[in-house]
Amino acid sequence: MTQLIDKSVKQKPESVDYSAMPDDYGHFGVYGGVFASETLMQALDELRDAYEKIKTDEEFQKQFDEDLAQYVGRPSPLYFAERLTQKVGGAKIYLKREDLNHTGAHKINNTIGQGLLAKMMGKKRIIAETGAGQHGVASATVAARFGMECVVYMGAEDIVRQAPNVYRMKLLGATVVAVESGSKTLKDALNEAMRDWVTNVDDTFYIIGTVAGPHPYPAMVRDFQTIIGREAKAQMQEQCGCLPDALVACIGGGSNAIGLFHPFLEDESVAMYGVEGGGLGVDSGKHAAPLCAGSPGVLHGNRTYLMEDENGQIIETHSVSAGLDYPGVGPEHSWLKDIGRVNYVAATDDEALHAFHTLTRVEGIIPALESSHAVAYGMKLAATMKSEERIIINLSGRGDKDINTIAKIEGIEL
Amino acid sequence: MSRLAARFAELKAQKTKTGKQKTALIPYVMTSDPSPEITLPLMHAMVEAGANIIELGAPFSDPMADGPVIQAAAERSLEHNTSLHDVFSVVAEFRKTDDKTPIVMMGYLNPIEVMGYESFAQQASACGIDGVITVDMPPVEAGDYVPALKSHEVDPIFLLAPTSTEARIERLADVASGFVYYVSLKGVTGAATLDVSSVEQKVAQIKQHIDLPIGVGFGISDAESAAKVAGCSDAVVVGSVIVKKMTLNDGKTEPERSIIIKEISDILSAMRSAMDEEQ
Repeated sequence: MTQLIDKSVKQKPESVDYSAMPDDYGHFGVYGGVFASETLMQALDELRDAYEKIKTDEEFQKQFDEDLAQYVGRPSPLYFAERLTQKVGGAKIYLKREDLNHTGAHKINNTIGQGLLAKMMGKKRIIAETGAGQHGVASATVAARFGMECVVYMGAEDIVRQAPNVYRMKLLGATVVAVESGSKTLKDALNEAMRDWVTNVDDTFYIIGTVAGPHPYPAMVRDFQTIIGREAKAQMQEQCGCLPDALVACIGGGSNAIGLFHPFLEDESVAMYGVEGGGLGVDSGKHAAPLCAGSPGVLHGNRTYLMEDENGQIIETHSVSAGLDYPGVGPEHSWLKDIGRVNYVAATDDEALHAFHTLTRVEGIIPALESSHAVAYGMKLAATMKSEERIIINLSGRGDKDINTIAKIEGIEL
Repeated sequence: MSRLAARFAELKAQKTKTGKQKTALIPYVMTSDPSPEITLPLMHAMVEAGANIIELGAPFSDPMADGPVIQAAAERSLEHNTSLHDVFSVVAEFRKTDDKTPIVMMGYLNPIEVMGYESFAQQASACGIDGVITVDMPPVEAGDYVPALKSHEVDPIFLLAPTSTEARIERLADVASGFVYYVSLKGVTGAATLDVSSVEQKVAQIKQHIDLPIGVGFGISDAESAAKVAGCSDAVVVGSVIVKKMTLNDGKTEPERSIIIKEISDILSAMRSAMDEEQ
């Protein structure tokens, strides 16, 4: 009897057709899939059919592009961070400025897409889970714009950490439900949103905020986020006439990273680094780095790398950044890890905080704590590279939401 | 013949007071909830009170398809670090004095995934588990899982829901064995009350495609609803209403455990007589 996962042997394909992933059932190699209860299957089938339809629907794509341009403010700039480059001394550092999007992060790219889909499917009510609150804000924003009811599930601990975003969601007319179960963070919010969806499946659209969940979510969210990488590729071509040598993005569920990476997967000269939340250090056990230190399993509808114990129970994660505080990761990243296309690394809380201050002081850009992990690793990487080489760091969000957390860590009362 | 098949055949041969065949009563309890010591005596007591099959929960940290009652049960069980090995142990103990009552384990996939399907199936079979319901393992993903269970004569039991289409029901016919668990409500375990006539219709639809007993669960909260559902199904599954009793105390001492066991036995006895009277 062969098991699906042989942890000792990784696939080593000769050539890979990245565009063929996932298969019809949402599999990226052995990862992904539809591990959901029967009570959700009809809703997932309905969603998959709708998503297949819009993939080639010109009218939908036109509306999506128009909204990204007129409402979100795309394209976001690809900014050459000259002073940061000088300070680090190495490769030229470019920042993909997703922080300049409406609502302040890349999350809106996806919620616009899923919001349009919800409208097309005739759904009246939107639900979402959120960790840092950026996806919750982006969902509440879209709901306000489309005149839909919106309920956001958020871990009770995250509600404390991200108070400004909670208030923003309320201003936008959303109901924020505090989730008190389990570790009271993102994974528990996701559980609760799934429960809501199962119960109210007829009129409700569940906007998942990352490239996780059962099929079609990982593929669909990726497709809405690849605008990041497509723009970056064209912008780099326009500014320098070349491809970048390396890409760096932070990974919680991994939607901003896959959005940047995916359009470059076939460009073999481009190295890629996904940066997980290293917490107090990957060796400490207190982190949120399943790709660096976890093992494969099944959670939230897909097979992927997880933070789990020897009995298959999900263990609590730690990261200073609420958006990275998640024990799983999008299944496509698990596959990209196993085939060796993307390097998965971690930055600790301290490294991220240091990068947060550096970027703020040197470039006048306050990055989100999540994105600060990418900045931290990007600076380290750039220092090892030649001055004619170029790296793109995905600045997935802005840090205004985090100033309370930073002040608290530093013992400052606002 | 498997214990499940034998039990359903036995019930079919028995008649209720109105001359219909008897319906199985299947209580669900979580292993080691609220304490490890309660599970074994509780299982025997439930059989005594009229349970025909026992559904034994294996806890998971992220029970997405369950409502607050079963979720809390999983949390209480995990406080004792309950693992699949503990489930196997209690079943093995139970089998020492009861070799007839079928036991169906119910849980989520990840603990089984981490153990490995083959190893899980072998150990489940060896301890005396007769069927396994894995909430987040749909037939479409079960290509390796079903053969692993079947090769060790453990029945893979699958769920159907009010939203299950004709095509999904047909697909299940190819892989399911033991019985089919019809989840009679949209939503999570322990949710509102159910509409018997719609259950009746759906069960009839399922029976057109699947030649297995149909168990109905979700929303059965008292003797009256149990009797009504018994009228249109082969088995009645009750979970939340008895799991709620686990909060009476923490089950650490013998007198505490007796209180919980008595309350649950009373509920089951009442359901059993209502089911046998009214059908």
